Amino acid sequence: MCSYLFVSMAYGILMEESGFAWYYSLLVSLTVYTGAFQFVLTTLLSASASIVTIAVTAFFMNSRQIFYSLSFVDDFGSMGIRKPYMIHTMTDETYAVNCTLELPDAEKKQIMFRVAFFSRCYWMIGAVIGGVLGQLIPFSMEGIDFCMTALFVIIFVDQWEKADNHFPALAGLGIGIICLLIFGENQFMLPALIIVSMLLVLYNVRKMGTAV
Amino acid sequence: MTGTEYILAAIAVSAVITFGLRALPFVLFRGGRSMPDWMKRLGQILPSAIMAVLIVYCLKGAKSNLFGTGIPGIAAVLVVAVSYKWKHNTFISIIAGTAVYLVMLRMM
Repeated sequence: MCSYLFVSMAYGILMEESGFAWYYSLLVSLTVYTGAFQFVLTTLLSASASIVTIAVTAFFMNSRQIFYSLSFVDDFGSMGIRKPYMIHTMTDETYAVNCTLELPDAEKKQIMFRVAFFSRCYWMIGAVIGGVLGQLIPFSMEGIDFCMTALFVIIFVDQWEKADNHFPALAGLGIGIICLLIFGENQFMLPALIIVSMLLVLYNVRKMGTAV
Repeated sequence: MTGTEYILAAIAVSAVITFGLRALPFVLFRGGRSMPDWMKRLGQILPSAIMAVLIVYCLKGAKSNLFGTGIPGIAAVLVVAVSYKWKHNTFISIIAGTAVYLVMLRMM
């Protein structure tokens, strides 16, 4: 939870440095509430990216969370009015925590709700503190956006360690770099995301073919 | 569209897409229907590829400004990766990497 608070503070500081006051950080944390994409959204907003770019990026970055929700269709399904809230709060972190829970049914739901609720509170508090801190800190925080890169590298290392096949990770790096060289800094993100997704769909189909 | 409208529209679009994706399985796989295998496999391989593209996105400045932000960025990424592999502590790795980046940025 300490790292959760820290990452959201870094987010608040980054928003402040990019010229968005703390209430924007709070608004995004309240409505979008998704760790990694919130950082990218900040850089897209300060680059005045088109709404379409933002939408497509959000789609690709958060598509992984389809697979998180999937694990909890049964659990959340029986949670009544708390269900939409549980869906909304399904992030990388709550997923990781919920996966480790081994409890009787009734108790498990209670705990899952609390995990979701407090994680979200921590996240919003951190974002506001970060925004205010960013205002108070007298010297330039230029470069603080690196904490976003650091977060992605950490997620990447985690995924690398869990995977038995590193082709997807390497394909992502390779295609990302090639697209950067071809399309340039401001244009490469969408082609890279689309090409790598198509490549992996094809790769997946071929793998299935050989497995049958 | 004014600046504020643009920002609010962007936030609204992001919020709707994010919630929609999280809710999708509840709509598609109600009543015990399970997910096809190919989709499950895609769910295992796609996230790390997307994270890799994002890391390239973070370091994109290296192309036009190798000595300004490129080398500090690459060095700091290595610090994060190695320290995280070693200790598996998110907090320490973010602090260490960001510190290296901030210091190197001011030295270059």
